[in-house]
Amino acid sequence: MAGGCPSMWGIYSAMEYGPAPEGAGSAQAWLEAHGRRFGHFVDGKWLKPEGRETASSINPATGEPLGDTLQGEPEDVEAAIQAATKAFKSWSRLPCHARARHLYNMARTIQKHQHLFAILESLDTGKPIGEARDHDLPLVIRHFYHHAGWAQVMATEMGGWEPLGVVAGVVTWSSLMLLAWKICPALAMGNTVVLLPPTHARLSALLLAELGAQAGLPPGVLNVLTGEGALAELLAIHPGVDGLTVASSVEVGRSLRRATAGMGVRLSLQLGGETVIVVFDSADLDGAAVGLSDTMSCQRGQVPGARALLLVQEAVAEVLLKRVKTRLGKLRIGDPLDKAMDGGALADEAQRLAIETYVEEARAEGAEVFQAWTALPAHGPFYPPTLITGVASSSRCVREQVLGPVLVVLPFRTAKEAVALGNNRPSGLAASVWTENLPLAMEVAQSLQAGTVWINGQNLFDAAAGGGGSKESGNSRDGGKEGLYEYIRLSWQSWPRPGPTELDYKTFAAAYGADPPPIPGHSGVACPTGPELEENMPRVDRTYKMYYGGSQKRPVGMASRPILDPAGKVLAYVADGSAKDIRNAVEAAHKAAPGWGKRAAHARAQVLYYVAENLELRREEVASRLGVLMGTPLEEARQEVDLSLERLFHWAAYCDKSGGAVQETPMHGTTLQLHQPLGVVGIACPDERPLLSFLSLLAPAVARGNAVVMIPSPRYPLPALDLCQIFDTSDIPGGVVNLVTGNRDHLSRTLAQHQDIQAMWYFGSQQGSQFVEWASAGNLKRTWVSHGAPRQWENPTQGAGEEFLYQATQCKTVWIPMGEIFAN
Amino acid sequence: MSARNPGTELDLGWISRVQVNQPAVIRHAEQIQTRRTVKKVWQAAWLLRAVTCIDLTTLSGDDTPSNIQRLCYKAKHPIREDLLKAMDMHDKGITTGAVCVYPARVADAVKALKSAGCNIPVASVATGFPAAQTPLKTRLDEIKIAVEDGAREIDVVINRSLVLTGQWEGLYEEIRQFREACGDAHMKTILGTGELGSLTNVYKASMIAMMAGSDFIKTSTGKEAVNATLPVGIVMVRAIRDFYWKTGKKIGFKPAGGIRSAKDALTWLVLMKEELGDEWLKPDLFRLGASTLLSDIERQVYHHVTGRYAAYHDLPMA
Repeated sequence: MAGGCPSMWGIYSAMEYGPAPEGAGSAQAWLEAHGRRFGHFVDGKWLKPEGRETASSINPATGEPLGDTLQGEPEDVEAAIQAATKAFKSWSRLPCHARARHLYNMARTIQKHQHLFAILESLDTGKPIGEARDHDLPLVIRHFYHHAGWAQVMATEMGGWEPLGVVAGVVTWSSLMLLAWKICPALAMGNTVVLLPPTHARLSALLLAELGAQAGLPPGVLNVLTGEGALAELLAIHPGVDGLTVASSVEVGRSLRRATAGMGVRLSLQLGGETVIVVFDSADLDGAAVGLSDTMSCQRGQVPGARALLLVQEAVAEVLLKRVKTRLGKLRIGDPLDKAMDGGALADEAQRLAIETYVEEARAEGAEVFQAWTALPAHGPFYPPTLITGVASSSRCVREQVLGPVLVVLPFRTAKEAVALGNNRPSGLAASVWTENLPLAMEVAQSLQAGTVWINGQNLFDAAAGGGGSKESGNSRDGGKEGLYEYIRLSWQSWPRPGPTELDYKTFAAAYGADPPPIPGHSGVACPTGPELEENMPRVDRTYKMYYGGSQKRPVGMASRPILDPAGKVLAYVADGSAKDIRNAVEAAHKAAPGWGKRAAHARAQVLYYVAENLELRREEVASRLGVLMGTPLEEARQEVDLSLERLFHWAAYCDKSGGAVQETPMHGTTLQLHQPLGVVGIACPDERPLLSFLSLLAPAVARGNAVVMIPSPRYPLPALDLCQIFDTSDIPGGVVNLVTGNRDHLSRTLAQHQDIQAMWYFGSQQGSQFVEWASAGNLKRTWVSHGAPRQWENPTQGAGEEFLYQATQCKTVWIPMGEIFAN
Repeated sequence: MSARNPGTELDLGWISRVQVNQPAVIRHAEQIQTRRTVKKVWQAAWLLRAVTCIDLTTLSGDDTPSNIQRLCYKAKHPIREDLLKAMDMHDKGITTGAVCVYPARVADAVKALKSAGCNIPVASVATGFPAAQTPLKTRLDEIKIAVEDGAREIDVVINRSLVLTGQWEGLYEEIRQFREACGDAHMKTILGTGELGSLTNVYKASMIAMMAGSDFIKTSTGKEAVNATLPVGIVMVRAIRDFYWKTGKKIGFKPAGGIRSAKDALTWLVLMKEELGDEWLKPDLFRLGASTLLSDIERQVYHHVTGRYAAYHDLPMA
């Protein structure tokens, strides 16, 4: 053997693995063919405007420069959006089958070049070639195939929906897989795409766009811009962008949410978070240990969910950790192009330092740090798999997300405590549950606030199953039918695209009583004439209070607002709610929400039917009061009552018909998609059709197991308040339905800013809509706003469509692998 | 062979709470096959190591002295001498770990190996191989006769009915008696995993066999419908590790049945290295039960040395 290479006898005796490098020839050839200088890929060709600064793509493992890409400027953003806008005209009008062919051809083309992709991905990101080859590329290809299918069946499966237009994709995590997750559904639904790949890993996206063109994708359908993260905001607020899909950190997500507030841009956020891994004493502990070490090596914590928090039942903590530590010592970290590596390089030295600082901080706090230092390369941004035990739940390493191969361990005593600890964080991305006890596994999977739960497994993904998060992890879904909704809009809806409005977020609707109701006797408002007399007896004063926690409540501010009839005469006074009333109502709603969400669907339906039954009993009375309030003929008011009744029936019917589905993934087992309640939903109702719109919004939310805090129309709150007595007598548990009357925007402000509201629906002004979207960035609650546009509530499509179900639920994917039978 | 396993008292607490999750084990098995590889000279060296771990086996109704003799010669010269020379490995004593035959052929094998002038042990299957559905007395006698005939290793096969009906004490007692009958011969206990019904049973049977004093635990007879699969191997080596952690005793592992390609052999070596450590890469703690595996390994070695792919007739048959 040549000098330097160990002898056969030496290897035979030591039985080490030896190097197993994958040749980088194909990727180097591709880079060379482009002179190692890349432009943007816009309108089907390379765009290399003069005078741009360039950035060097570096192989993080070796520091070797791979090629230069452009630092995009605003004109480049403009060019890309123009190309995409132009292409949208024809792309969106293609027959479904034609788009299906295009996506199919993309899948085939990527498949043919998957070796090149895998090498390039490994070179550019530092991820082990094995992971790129065996995990990422198959998922990317599968995504294109799956969505070729959605393109094909869009007309039948997504009737009533249309593409958005131009979708901007912003991905800051180094992963081709994430790019595919954003591109596929957007293209399949007929949108065109402008993609801003991660600053640190731009090459795979460029290759994808170039190959897309070679596969026959029409020019402008898929455009890739390179540049710094600041371009994201330029894209986001560009009037030509109709949808923005983001895979990034929570901070970036928040800032883009704020930047796009009120613009009518469809925003899809896939943000950070950790995988919470819960291991019970009834688990296959060896299986769990393998899963844990795999989670730590896989993706080195650089994509959302790769950072792991281990919750282990105290009784088996020692046994499990011994197994995990043994495994971590066996992990091989090094040259990403080596086929036998578990972990590659981090993005750069800065990331390594950040992880180091964080681990050292935990150590200084008294945590026990275990690190598997075996055979870490001497140079380059590598960090050993690290286990941190003995930390408090308030410690920074438990509360904050540092991306890296670090596993933080917390013990728990009972399943209840495990769920509480697992949910005690603002993010909610993914979770693993390890136990052989089926009832326990299913209950914990239901209870953990995470978009994806793997039972006795980890890191399972597929294009047919919507992956995504909840809470601050963003609520986008990637994959499956549920992943399509972020790339389509309702055909009936004119698309409100207001420009950015100057809005002082600090002061908007901030002051209680700042917008006082008219004073009777002034400005055309008639004075109330006092209770009517009947045979010299005054009628008893009717006091409208607010309604929360199952009873009528006086406003904390002890103030009232007059409600006028069309003639300007005061009909009644209603409570003028304030932030404190909202606070109380939200508390009441939270008390009721868990129990209501767990109620059997049949029982929820029964309650809604009972409301309908009681409304029917009071049909004449409700209709006559509605007529007086609105100044409409009695017949018209009766119609609205009847429609409202029908709506209650509609959503009562849907109580037990939309619980989820089984997703057809390649895994041997069952992949459940559960439609779960969101929790507490704040709903600001419109002025039009005050009874019908109120019930049209309330019923789907409540039907799907949410508790609601309703702000009835400020101008016409009486029909809603009249319903309180009906709610009281219809077995609605206290706290499920809560009403706070007052100024819509002032009350919405408190709701939208509330950290413990899971979604906010706002049907009011454009400014109010903008504020709600802006404020939702606080806890990244879901929003559904009207942008000031009216809708015809009596129209079943507009007043009770699929959209309501989508807004009233969140999807959770539960992976349940199966298999016990083997051999005889 | 390493120091004998004296066994332990039966402790059903070691197996009572065990749960093996099959899907997780299968994913682990897939990972082992894709995450590790050896290339070039490393591959050749690993293959030679695999050769030294082979129990070169013939267990057929038509075994006669002549094919036993050929097998024994092949055991002594598993790789063509010129190929070993080219790698400078001709003087490193590379032979298979043992030859493995039926009890009635032990004497033939001992004689053949003696006349070849080598010290390769003869292993005999016993105890009503492969089904173990014969009376305990004759099963025990079989062991004693094989030992008397010169077998230094006995591959006993357990009574699967005891596992399937949950008679763990009974299983422990039977294997204890096998162990006693083996005397100085090392005992490998075949679990017949393809007939145990679940991976959890595989783990439990492994643990009982080790408590009862097995020096090796072995997957299969090669006669079951499903033989040495990687998931089964993962579960058995888990049990070996747990037994080692509890007692400090290192028990050997022998996958057998269906292992035919050089790549398979490398995968099993990787499993041992990853799950148990380098000590389990030697014949005293690791054996591969196989008959046709050797010829594939020899062909790979031929390719490594010459750069050409061999025809079967280029290499002497067993």
